[in-house]
Amino acid sequence: MFYREAGQFKDNYASDQALFPIAQDRWFVMIVMGIAFVIVPFYIDDYWTNAIMLPFLIYALAAIGLNLLTGYCGQVSLGTGGFMAVGAFSTFKLTTAFPELNFIIVVLLSGAITASVGVVFGIPSLRIKGFYLAVATLAAQFFLVWMFNKFGWFLNYNPTGQIHMPPREIFGVLITGPRAAPEVKYLFVLIFVSLCALAAKNIVRGRVGRSWMAIRDMDIAAELIGIRPLEAKLTAFAVSSFYVGMAGSLYFGIWLGAAEPIEAFGIEQSFLVLFMIIIGGLGSILGSFLGAAFITLMPILMKNFMVDGLGLAVVTAKHIEITMLGVLILFFLIVEPHGFARLWQIAKEKLRLWPFPH
Amino acid sequence: MDVQRKFGDPILEVNDISLSFGGVTALENVSFDVLEGEVRAIIGPNGAGKSSMLNVINGFYHPQQGMITYKGETRKQMRPHHAASRGIARTFQNIALFKGMSTLDNIMTGRNTKMKKNLFWQALHVGPAKQEELEHREYVEHVIDFLEIQAIRKTPVGRLPYGMQKRVELGRALAAEPELLLLDEPMAGMNLEEKEDMCRFVLDVNDQFGTTIALIEHDMGVVMDISDRVVVLDYGKKIADGTPDEVRSNQDVIEAYLGVVQDDELAASQNN
Ligand SMILES: Nc1ncnc2c1ncn2[C@@H]1O[C@H](COP(=O)(O)OP(=O)(O)O)[C@@H](O)[C@H]1O
Ligand SMILES: [Mg+2]
Repeated sequence: MFYREAGQFKDNYASDQALFPIAQDRWFVMIVMGIAFVIVPFYIDDYWTNAIMLPFLIYALAAIGLNLLTGYCGQVSLGTGGFMAVGAFSTFKLTTAFPELNFIIVVLLSGAITASVGVVFGIPSLRIKGFYLAVATLAAQFFLVWMFNKFGWFLNYNPTGQIHMPPREIFGVLITGPRAAPEVKYLFVLIFVSLCALAAKNIVRGRVGRSWMAIRDMDIAAELIGIRPLEAKLTAFAVSSFYVGMAGSLYFGIWLGAAEPIEAFGIEQSFLVLFMIIIGGLGSILGSFLGAAFITLMPILMKNFMVDGLGLAVVTAKHIEITMLGVLILFFLIVEPHGFARLWQIAKEKLRLWPFPH
Repeated sequence: MDVQRKFGDPILEVNDISLSFGGVTALENVSFDVLEGEVRAIIGPNGAGKSSMLNVINGFYHPQQGMITYKGETRKQMRPHHAASRGIARTFQNIALFKGMSTLDNIMTGRNTKMKKNLFWQALHVGPAKQEELEHREYVEHVIDFLEIQAIRKTPVGRLPYGMQKRVELGRALAAEPELLLLDEPMAGMNLEEKEDMCRFVLDVNDQFGTTIALIEHDMGVVMDISDRVVVLDYGKKIADGTPDEVRSNQDVIEAYLGVVQDDELAASQNN
């Protein structure tokens, strides 16, 4: 037993602390990234971009954001839709006020604006926890959507009540609007989300991530060993909202192209992203991707199977789909709170022992 | 034994501390000091106010009355963050580890107040942030070696047996390189072998790192063996203070113990 552990130990701490210390994991990630960056762009079309890859990647970014707050720091939030709206409206206002501003900067600034809004709505977390905090963030959700709907300034006084993303280029390539090429949109979002995921992974394995998890697991002990709850919780709200805001920015700017506050950023969005991290795995960056993939892909697969395959009515198929989602969420909440990510890990552990389980 | 010659000046003095919760008085005019480099035990029956005393020292409870002097600085009350960053670390009576984190990460949290690189550098995880993480990892590995817990480095602490959890908790406190280490019943609930290990660690910490230790312990044999001086609390009041020998023969202490917990060991040690 001891020697097995000793055998796994790396000859220096740097390699033990590498992002993927196990060689097989490293290979797996490199292959997935290779396919995503090199092969997919050649084959991707409008349907695959708009129906599958963009929603998957953008929701994955939002799920990472919520997971940092809820999965890592233990602070429940039902305000995700509202914070995505802040990101989207920031993007709209920035890009219409400063058309020359590089779209990458616009997305980052939208994230930063959302971060500051998130901090404000995170202040109650210093006093309240759990259910009460959830209700407070729910209030944020409704307030934000109401605000964007109420004041014409946010919509540039558009009488239709919608915001529209104007066409924008980066480095001479059209990136937004209906005329932008699908592979360009896909690659842009892919690069953005990959870098953000990497940064998130770095944060959670360092000092800040440990202080979040300490607050999550036992806030009093964390405080007594010198972690400041105020600092830990508010940075969690800030970083989380930064991610969710960027997701909202991409959601509106690249994927939808046009949005109406109540429809695009309603409470359903908040729940959808929450379901993603519950199913994918609380406290896991990989889980955020798995959850987003599952929730964006499942309806499509189910529809193909039930409507096109079995010939059920669309409405019936939708009901079955929602029921299944509910059952799955209950299953994960009760049986496996660490979601698909944990199941994946268990599978890997089994694989490591195979074919000689003891 | 001349205590003053073996040890340095007081690192901590609590003066006339009173603490109550609503109508319940937990501490009443308690004063004592802890000298640099000594092992100071706090004993007393259940509910005597021992844990409350440690909570006052590291700023979790704020006494209604009294003064605390730590490293020459006198305050009415400590603040947890201030205490931690000034070199006070502790373990808890009921294990307070971070259940979802590995042994390594738990112990790394002990170095939190010493790590300074900001969020931006951490997100990039290059250069200074990576360097900082490595330096602290190296220190934590010394602690892991010292406590002989190499084999459970990557195990989530929730899966560890009780005795091991206590050891990891000690590791988290040691990782902070404390000058004053507060241990709240570090051996409670352990079997004999685990107790012996823990005693050895406590003495080694005191010896090798020169760390001052204030510990609460119920096992009289242990207290008499490892502590230099003992404070006895009963119903929130200090009833005795001195070397183990002095305390053992104190009439009030015998009564408090025989009256409340019927501590056989104390009685036995009386007969020696
Ligand atoms: N947070 C608290 N709230 C109310 N009463 C408390 C609290 N902490 C301790 N007490 C009370 O203070 C007294 C001393 O408790 P404690 O310090 O835990 O004793 P010991 O550690 O010596 O067993 C007890 O009567 C206990 O009920
Ligand atoms: Mg106690």
